[in-house]
Amino acid sequence: MKAFREYFKNNRFNITCGEAKEIVDTKIIGVLVQFTRDRRNLIPVLQKVQEAEGYLSAESITEISHFLDVSENDVYSVASFYAQFRFTRPGDHIIKVCLGTACHVRGGERILDNVERELDIQPGQTTSDYKFGLERVACFGCCALAPVMVVDQNVYSRVTPAKTKKILELYK
Amino acid sequence: MTFEQIKKNAIAEWEAFENNEKPRIYVGTATCGCSSGALDLIEKIHAELEQNHIEATVIEVGCIGCCYAEPLVDIAKRGRPRISYNNVTPEIISALITDYLINDNPRPDLALCTIGEGEISGIPDISDLPMFKPQVRIALRNCGYVDPENINHYIARDGYSGLIRALKMTSEEVIEEISKSGLRGRGGAGFSTGTKWRFCYNASGDEKYLICNADEGDPGAFMDRALLESDPHSVLEGMLIGAYAIGASHGYIYIRSEYPLAIDRLRTALEQMGKYQLLGDDILGTGFNFNIEIKEGAGAFVCGEETAMIQSIEGKRGMPYPRPPFPATSGLWGKPTNINNVETWSNVSAILQKSAEWYAGYGTEQSKGTKTFALAGKVVRTGLIEVPMGITLRQIVYDIGGGIQDDKEFKAVQTGGPSGGCLPVSTLDLPVDYENLAAAGSIVGSGGMIVTDSDTCMVDLARYFLSFTQAESCGKCVPCREGTMQMLKILTDITEGNGKPEDIDLLLELSEAIKLASLCALGGTAPNPVLTTIRYFLEEYESHIYKKQCPAKACKELISFYILPGKCQGCLICKRNCPVDAIAGDKRMIHLIDQNKCIKCGVCLEVCPSRFNAVTKVSGEQMITPKELISVGSWEKL
Repeated sequence: MKAFREYFKNNRFNITCGEAKEIVDTKIIGVLVQFTRDRRNLIPVLQKVQEAEGYLSAESITEISHFLDVSENDVYSVASFYAQFRFTRPGDHIIKVCLGTACHVRGGERILDNVERELDIQPGQTTSDYKFGLERVACFGCCALAPVMVVDQNVYSRVTPAKTKKILELYK
Repeated sequence: MTFEQIKKNAIAEWEAFENNEKPRIYVGTATCGCSSGALDLIEKIHAELEQNHIEATVIEVGCIGCCYAEPLVDIAKRGRPRISYNNVTPEIISALITDYLINDNPRPDLALCTIGEGEISGIPDISDLPMFKPQVRIALRNCGYVDPENINHYIARDGYSGLIRALKMTSEEVIEEISKSGLRGRGGAGFSTGTKWRFCYNASGDEKYLICNADEGDPGAFMDRALLESDPHSVLEGMLIGAYAIGASHGYIYIRSEYPLAIDRLRTALEQMGKYQLLGDDILGTGFNFNIEIKEGAGAFVCGEETAMIQSIEGKRGMPYPRPPFPATSGLWGKPTNINNVETWSNVSAILQKSAEWYAGYGTEQSKGTKTFALAGKVVRTGLIEVPMGITLRQIVYDIGGGIQDDKEFKAVQTGGPSGGCLPVSTLDLPVDYENLAAAGSIVGSGGMIVTDSDTCMVDLARYFLSFTQAESCGKCVPCREGTMQMLKILTDITEGNGKPEDIDLLLELSEAIKLASLCALGGTAPNPVLTTIRYFLEEYESHIYKKQCPAKACKELISFYILPGKCQGCLICKRNCPVDAIAGDKRMIHLIDQNKCIKCGVCLEVCPSRFNAVTKVSGEQMITPKELISVGSWEKL
């Protein structure tokens, strides 16, 4: 509640705490109170909100727009520009397949094909049971270990098409 | 505490550490080490030490650049050099602790090299290794030697003495020193650093900003990540010197959020600087004020471009704007701003620690000093290297890199990432510097260097880079937004066997227009991979277009997999592993691939036991196979 009160002290909307509870999530407020209400904080705010929530929901975008006094349109315009931000709920396990140059020349695209087929999703999508999300990454900087695939925080190096299936089994 | 006292304490700490009775165990924990299992090794080391009741100091260091040999663990006993062990496994740890720590056998069979003074028989010194012999380490001088999370290690190795020297000089003198060193921007463009500083110094305005560009976006490049993870203070000292020279009081490090470890180590470093009065107000009592803030990027390649980066720091979409005005006169928040890359900053601190003359002693007439490269792809020894400008590509690929893996044939080396080009065999003896690589159609770039062999299709590689630049184009200017899209479509057509004879001319025409008319360097250099591959590998384009063949057998639409009926032993392994059930077969029956079902994933080729070698990949050829399942051995009889 302390964060909550702090937030409303700094906020210039005339709404009571009771009303506010319904429209805002305490988690987002917990993030917002760490920042000053300055437009230059937009990207760090988006990053922290996504870190807390897993993605940027329509509600959090509304809340951020109020907090920074920037139109929702502007918030979306910035958020959609950067690859880091997602607007749908991610899977429990996030699979990132590296498609950097070193990975490409060592068959990274074939690894991605295999994961796509195994999970029946495209990069940017999540399986219907929210178990896996798939992303393609431009480069992890582990080029010497190419091709590389990352599940959550675990880096798998020198992956082959046959190995991808076994790696995915570990998380099923 | 004065700096002299700080330094005295740091040296005392370093010497106490080096001369301690206890053996020291160094583990490389930059990202490449961690992803090869270094963190598990640290646990294993502690467990083994405890079990054997041995006292030792275990420290985490950065990367010495031997990525191919990761994970690396070094062990040093008092009065002896460090012994570096490569490709260490938990079993090797047990062996080393028993053999070397307890029984004093250094196990030369497991060692890569020694580091430091002294000799150990049977183990070469690091400077004698073919990978290190041609290298000169200036920007990477401390990588792998110091604990990146301990500022005292950096100070004990002359760290911050460059700042001390700069603070005794005038701004003009510092700029002059950098100009004299001949240092050019290591981010890719190669613009003279001294000149750039002077522009910003001369710009009017009380408030000036300084930015360290750590948005290493080129796929295939990891020099800045390794440097920041292994020796953050060398970069931060450079920034302080730059700030003092141009009169900036606030600095930013714009770093990719994909580099969490580097960000972490930077934060630790900044905290330590604050404690030693090397950051903030009145630095070391000289009246010089400077603060540094970390800004995490959010995944947009174009933000590596100066003006786009400025927009991003201001919290906007990272889209470049036309220059002039240049950031040096009107940059961040409309104030004079100077931006340099990570490696440039590390060179700045080295130049002030030694001298401009010393630095200018390396390199060529117009390109002074050294350059780091991330050497990857199909070479034997991949890793992070630093070489004097003017070294030949051949020395890099063959002497340092150890040649091509599996004794295959060298095809090309790709430099400069999506902005660079592919250089063929005929350019191998070219001395590497800004001018020579540009004349050959490529660029030095930020330092990615990917070696390719006969399995890499050059048309596909060009398509790959175009798909990258097309996806990363911010969309502001038409030539880049629409042009890269059209080029990508044509290249995709060619790799899928739908190329037309006029496509090559069309690509050349589009390239010229995009180069000339794009707003920033992203578009301006995007056609380079296509132009160089057409220039040096035209026959590969023609083969795709006229013969519908991919000579490297890489383009999926132009290849087929076949099971050789004379070799197949009917073992069912490929059939079981085929993800789409495209293989028909039974035990001891020659397997057959249904070409209509096959998705060309290559799993069958990978899993077929090497003693059979029964799966083959072809392009533009029809193989004759049995019409139906027949038993093993009956093919020859037909």
